[in-house]
Amino acid sequence: MGIAFENQVAAPQLPSRPAYGDNQTGTHLPERAGSLNGVIVPEQPGKNAIEVRGVRKVFGTGENQVAALDTVSVSIRENEFFTLLGPSGCGKTTLLRLIAGFDFPTAGEILLHGQDIAPLPPFKRPVNTVFQSYALFPHMTVAQNIGFGLEMLGKPKAEIEARVAQMLKLVKMEALKARRTSQISGGQQQRVALARALAPQPKVLLLDEPLSALDYKLRKEMQIELKRLQHETGITFIFVTHDQEEALTMSDRIAVMSAGKILQVGTPRDIYDRPAERFVADFIGETNFLPGTVVSKHAGVATVKFASNATIAAGYPEGFDPTGEVTLVVRPEHADLVPDPVKGTIAGTLANIVYFGTDTHYHVKLDGGGENFIVRHQNSRSSPVTYATGAKVGIQFEEDAARVLKD
Amino acid sequence: MTTAALSSASLSKAALFEAQAVKTSARRNRLLSLPALLIIGIFGVLPLIIICVYSFLVAAPYGGVQWQFSTDAYLNFLFQRDIFDDTLQFTPDFLIIYLRSFLFAVVTTVICLLLGFPTAYFMATRPPAQRNWWVLLITIPFWSNLLVRTLAIMFIIRDEGLINNALLALGVIDKPITMLYTNFAIQLGLLYAFLPFMVLPLYSSLEKLDFRLVEAAYDLYATRRQVLWRVIIPLSKPGIVAGCLLVFIPALGAYVTPLILGGGVHLMIGDLIAQQFGSGRNWPLGCAQALILMAAVLVALFFYVRNTSGKVQHG
Repeated sequence: MGIAFENQVAAPQLPSRPAYGDNQTGTHLPERAGSLNGVIVPEQPGKNAIEVRGVRKVFGTGENQVAALDTVSVSIRENEFFTLLGPSGCGKTTLLRLIAGFDFPTAGEILLHGQDIAPLPPFKRPVNTVFQSYALFPHMTVAQNIGFGLEMLGKPKAEIEARVAQMLKLVKMEALKARRTSQISGGQQQRVALARALAPQPKVLLLDEPLSALDYKLRKEMQIELKRLQHETGITFIFVTHDQEEALTMSDRIAVMSAGKILQVGTPRDIYDRPAERFVADFIGETNFLPGTVVSKHAGVATVKFASNATIAAGYPEGFDPTGEVTLVVRPEHADLVPDPVKGTIAGTLANIVYFGTDTHYHVKLDGGGENFIVRHQNSRSSPVTYATGAKVGIQFEEDAARVLKD
Repeated sequence: MTTAALSSASLSKAALFEAQAVKTSARRNRLLSLPALLIIGIFGVLPLIIICVYSFLVAAPYGGVQWQFSTDAYLNFLFQRDIFDDTLQFTPDFLIIYLRSFLFAVVTTVICLLLGFPTAYFMATRPPAQRNWWVLLITIPFWSNLLVRTLAIMFIIRDEGLINNALLALGVIDKPITMLYTNFAIQLGLLYAFLPFMVLPLYSSLEKLDFRLVEAAYDLYATRRQVLWRVIIPLSKPGIVAGCLLVFIPALGAYVTPLILGGGVHLMIGDLIAQQFGSGRNWPLGCAQALILMAAVLVALFFYVRNTSGKVQHG
């Protein structure tokens, strides 16, 4: 591994990933790829780092049985920054622990480069973990912590020393190598935990909400740092988080989980722009939900009529047949206000204006009732129109803004 | 200007008040420790001073002391004055008893550690609700007197005791195995008496152990044995040190156990000292022996603590 990328740290924005760009553009997974019992067909056969096949994990016995994972299947590619995203209790950490080997699946297989590792103990898997609590050994120095894995693998002393020095440099902790882990800050502990897990050069690095204990600024720094480390090491990262923003900015692909199931697997753009179901749309980013009636369908686009008789063209996920009363989802930034209510697709009264600095949120009380519709407008020096609360306004949608989703 | 002056004045006043408060609370804290200090002073330090003084006096013929300075008690620990030519002859009798007591105490400590560690580990890894029950079970022996429990051991291991009778009835042996009044009996009694003192501090250390560290070590390719030696044992060192001290020191001065199970034949330090105040009627010698024991323990402690505290070294 080289330190070549050191100075051109990629911003955490999505498209600026030349080295792994193929994951970002073009190849989209089929919608709902990791759904229910469906076994994923790998797009690049043999290039999967991890394949999870029909894994179930049940905790407890008898009446107290809880299925933490309900028949999950997913493929994670080599060199990928893959994120398991979901609310707490959705099973994302359970899945990570199964891959690490701290727990064993009730049913199903976990393949690492084609070999079933599900029955192996953690110390026989070429997989390392960065723990949420870091779990650094308090009785060892920073350098001893980083060298621990290599030492356990029985590497020669010279090799361990060289590798520890390399890792210390990689995470910029050379100056503190002789410190005890209790004598360094949270952010520094985080770096040591990363270096310790990367030192044995695992095939896959598992990260269990590693940034959740850090304050906002440090977290942003570490996000960039993590991306840099993944660039430089070329190791597959499996990242667990409940923070949708973190998932969107860092991942090559995301698996959205809920209640022990994977709802959707896709690139951040896929997940955000084309959510497969209502939960995904609701969990990731802000979303408006609008009731409507399907009038006609043609080639994956439905024409939906609002109560006001206005119609809109809305896409819908593959394998879903919307009919009758449906819910439309529209992202706040995919809609705009017009001063003349008649010119909008729907209309209402401005109930609230919330200023966020970079943009302004307009809460519109729709004429047809229901929840307030939120329009996000990016602020600029030359905003042409200023609105006041109580004004009658129209709402226009960008092309392709609305989607019909399963509830 | 005025506001600044005012605020600085009030600030310094506040600081003064704070300093006063700290001083008062420090005084109050010292006051709170007074009862304990009094008890330790009257019943701990004062007797020690008396022992010190007595050890440099001459024994009275029927017990007690005569107020006359002498170092005979210390000389008698290693030498015996010949009645006829008044020369000092090296007699290692007491020394042998001391060394044997040390050996008993060391063996007791090591075996207690070997038995206690897995026990404490087992307890610490139970679900939290169960753990208190295990602690309760471990403390059951404390509910009755050590003397009674030691007598009970006597009934189990004596020639017509439970074990011998059972073995005889089963035909495993044809004459009883002598266990009572042997070194084995003393060792057994010591192990039984002091095992809980090892288990409890070990348990309290292991209970606080962050088992995520164990997971982290497994994750970093450590086998179960390596996890034990490199993570669990180093991190439970405080419990190991405390347990060893709590077993070694009282085991060294054990009195009841060797008296009953050793039958007065196999003496330990405690019995030896007791003898000087009883049938031996040599109080200064008893005092000297007690102080020599104390000095030996202090020296041993000093080296033990110095080697076990501080940095844990690896390599």
